[in-house]
Amino acid sequence: MQQFEFPDISRILTPILERHGGDASRLLQVLLEVQDVCHFIPSEAIDLIAAHFGVPRVNVEGVVGFYSFLSTHSVGEYRLLFSGNITDQMLGKDELMQYLCNKLWVEPGKVSEDGLVSIGSTSCTGMCDQGPAALINGWPLTKLDHNRLDLIAELIRSRKPVADWPAMLFEVVDNIHRGDVLLGQPFEPGAAIRATLARGAKETLVEVDKSNLRGRGGAGFKTASKWSFCHATIAEEEGGVICDIDGHPERFIVCNADEGEPGTFKDRVLLNSYADLVFEGMTVGARVVGASKGFLYLRGEYRYLLQQLEAVLKCRREAGLLGETILGQMDFSFDIEIHLGAGAYICGEESALIESLEGKRGRPRNRPPFPVTYGYKGRPTVVDNVETFACAAKIAEKGGAWFAAIGTAQSTGTKLISVSGDVARPGIYEYPFGVTVSQILDDCGAEGRPYAVQVSGPSGTTISWKEFERKIAFEDLPTAGALMVFRRKRDLFQVAQNFADFFAHESCGFCTPCRVGTELQKKIMSKIASGYGTASDLEELKRLGHILKTMSHCGLGSSAANPVLDILEKFPDMVESKLKAFAFKPAFDLDGALATARTITGRDDDWAHL
Amino acid sequence: MSKTITIDGLAVPFQEGQTIMDAALASGVYIPHLCHNPEFKPHGSCKLCTVNVNGRNVASCTMPAVEGQQVLSDIAELNADRLALTQMLFVEGNHLCPACEKTGNCQLQAVAYYLGMMSPHYNHFYPQREADASHPDVMLDRNRCIYCELCVRASREVDGKNVFGLSGRGIKTLLVVNSASGLLGDTDLAVTDKAAHVCPTGAILIKRHGYAVPIGQRVFDHITIKDVQTGGGDE
Ligand SMILES: Cc1cc2nc3c(=O)[nH]c(=O)nc-3n(C[C@H](O)[C@H](O)[C@H](O)COP(=O)(O)O)c2cc1C
Ligand code: SF4
Ligand code: SF4
Ligand code: FES
Repeated sequence: MQQFEFPDISRILTPILERHGGDASRLLQVLLEVQDVCHFIPSEAIDLIAAHFGVPRVNVEGVVGFYSFLSTHSVGEYRLLFSGNITDQMLGKDELMQYLCNKLWVEPGKVSEDGLVSIGSTSCTGMCDQGPAALINGWPLTKLDHNRLDLIAELIRSRKPVADWPAMLFEVVDNIHRGDVLLGQPFEPGAAIRATLARGAKETLVEVDKSNLRGRGGAGFKTASKWSFCHATIAEEEGGVICDIDGHPERFIVCNADEGEPGTFKDRVLLNSYADLVFEGMTVGARVVGASKGFLYLRGEYRYLLQQLEAVLKCRREAGLLGETILGQMDFSFDIEIHLGAGAYICGEESALIESLEGKRGRPRNRPPFPVTYGYKGRPTVVDNVETFACAAKIAEKGGAWFAAIGTAQSTGTKLISVSGDVARPGIYEYPFGVTVSQILDDCGAEGRPYAVQVSGPSGTTISWKEFERKIAFEDLPTAGALMVFRRKRDLFQVAQNFADFFAHESCGFCTPCRVGTELQKKIMSKIASGYGTASDLEELKRLGHILKTMSHCGLGSSAANPVLDILEKFPDMVESKLKAFAFKPAFDLDGALATARTITGRDDDWAHL
Repeated sequence: MSKTITIDGLAVPFQEGQTIMDAALASGVYIPHLCHNPEFKPHGSCKLCTVNVNGRNVASCTMPAVEGQQVLSDIAELNADRLALTQMLFVEGNHLCPACEKTGNCQLQAVAYYLGMMSPHYNHFYPQREADASHPDVMLDRNRCIYCELCVRASREVDGKNVFGLSGRGIKTLLVVNSASGLLGDTDLAVTDKAAHVCPTGAILIKRHGYAVPIGQRVFDHITIKDVQTGGGDE
């Protein structure tokens, strides 16, 4: 066996490996860079990387195989991935993708014969307010139409480096239509840290508790409880072993910027224009739990924000808001490192996120123990959503009572909602909790008669027009921050099918019910969509839904049937109209299968049909 | 004094640090399982061992036993769900029991017997998966792999070798081996390794031992998996 068939590989790898050092938790970051340069991860690179980090080759191969943006085969010099969310689909994604494929002579999902280009789909890229969107070699393209695709085809054909493409193709706008305490009020960097230092860490935790802030990532766990659990774990260790990595006591603050839930893009806006607020919240959290190191886990799709986020971090270091002795406080050092994801929705699940931070496959851990006691590298770790940290900064600055006065009893403060779909003004809306869906629909100019709304993405709830007076709040309709609007005449079955495909694609594959169940669900939905569905298929979908919900290892599997079950329950007519017959039907057309034989024999009499 | 949990109304003692599965096995209570093997660190992937604890479903192989837990396990609803999971494992791979060397000694098959599986129920996926006969003494047939990672764990924890691992994701999950060629023959697996002997299905087989014990005289031809794994039965 020849060792280095890829001639330049060690020349390419050496600087990358040197830059990242020897800690195996950098593995994913290294692989992303190699993919960037080589357009795939050559087998020889896997050997060298494994040797560099002192880990088995299978582990590296396992990581490459897990993440959508990494591959062991070349994906072409130009890799175009269309965002596959239903909102992109409604804006013509399928037709546009085919159009570009025809122009460039390439089949969807394949690499062109000259190795120049590949065109495929990916899960939601978080640009639903300016879709149809795509990624070109990791950079977001927005508002695609035929004109833009003509230009893109031209740029690819002339082999112009992506870095030199016209900037207007990559324009991403915030689209903030309604601001409140987070988006609508100015924030002075350092204000929350100063208030925290003046008040004291414990007292700040009391304020966060008083604010009744609940996590904005979906589950709504009380932030103060999470922080104090993490703190308590430390307290237990004090007097015992004080753990150290590189001379720093080990506790970690992680900001979950994976934002993989289709239809959600509010964290993108926070990171783009309010990064100071987010980093400040992390720093306040660090002071409260006693962490000296933080991570921002940035989804691969938002990599275009990396440089500007690094710049904000640098500014903050220079202003004494990050790094050693923050604001001159001798016993307070904290810094933030940005880790990039590589295309895996499951990495938003907090324990999978931690595995991914450690450079591994993003597989949710067994719990207990929970991250607050056993997280990153086995140390107490707080994982919170981007918006949660932004709220925490505001609370530290203005106090818990101020925050608790906004919203409802169980859901205090405001919520950022990413609105997309059939509306005149897609974008970000910030409301106090308790706002009704119909209020939001009025404000965003829902077109025609809205028929259904998907709250909180595929893993959330589908509501029908009868439920528009319901409230956005943990008491009623909890949401991680997405609202996708569907007008009358939209095919809701197609919506549910898109979501079923999404879950099958994003299942990590660890546990049986989800690995196989999501795939079975996808197949049945496709059988019904192609006109072969029967009543027994609906029963099967319900049964699968039950198994996914009750037997799955993590939240992905247990919510993977939500959209399907919701439309079966709330829009039965829409599903039943798709069915071919109410009795059993095979998954293929027997008579159709005989068509070739009829052509060959030239027969078309009754006996030649079933 | 030892603490107790209740499984299907029966008081079961446990020690601090034991899981529900540990406590059950020690008391001769059978909870169906495939990815669990008491010799290895619990994994929690097959989900056959799911039980209901105080109203919530949990994997008994990873859930610590806690004083006073009311556990439901051998009930119709859970057994029906376990059956469905077993059927899922059958259709996602390519299992050819009558022609398989492991027949009668296979835990997947034995669990299917135990749960009364009469048909695969779901449509077969017929995936394309590679078999690998490159190793002189050990055969790897990915068609029968259920991703329990017992070989992965055994190689890492017992043999200190890391011969096996998983790649891919979701339904495209794939068992891979530690060699640049991707072939088992190019790894340092030895036939004496623990990893070569832990597979609950016929995915990893020792060569030239196929019919050492004739079909009809194999383990599960006579004893249920319940009796084998709890040390019950009279043989
Ligand atoms: C499949 C899955 C995906 C998730 N994705 C995200 C995500 O992208 N962002 C996020 O903040 N939380 C996500 N979560 C929730 C996190 O696990 C976790 O609850 C959250 O980050 C906690 O932060 P919070 O308390 O501030 O909400 C996801 C959960 C699951 C099960
Ligand atoms: S439920 Fe799905 S995503 Fe979660 S562990 Fe199981 S296979 Fe992985
Ligand atoms: S080869 Fe066997 S032991 Fe290894 S994961 Fe597959 S089924 Fe489990
Ligand atoms: S035995 Fe518990 S999940 Fe497999």
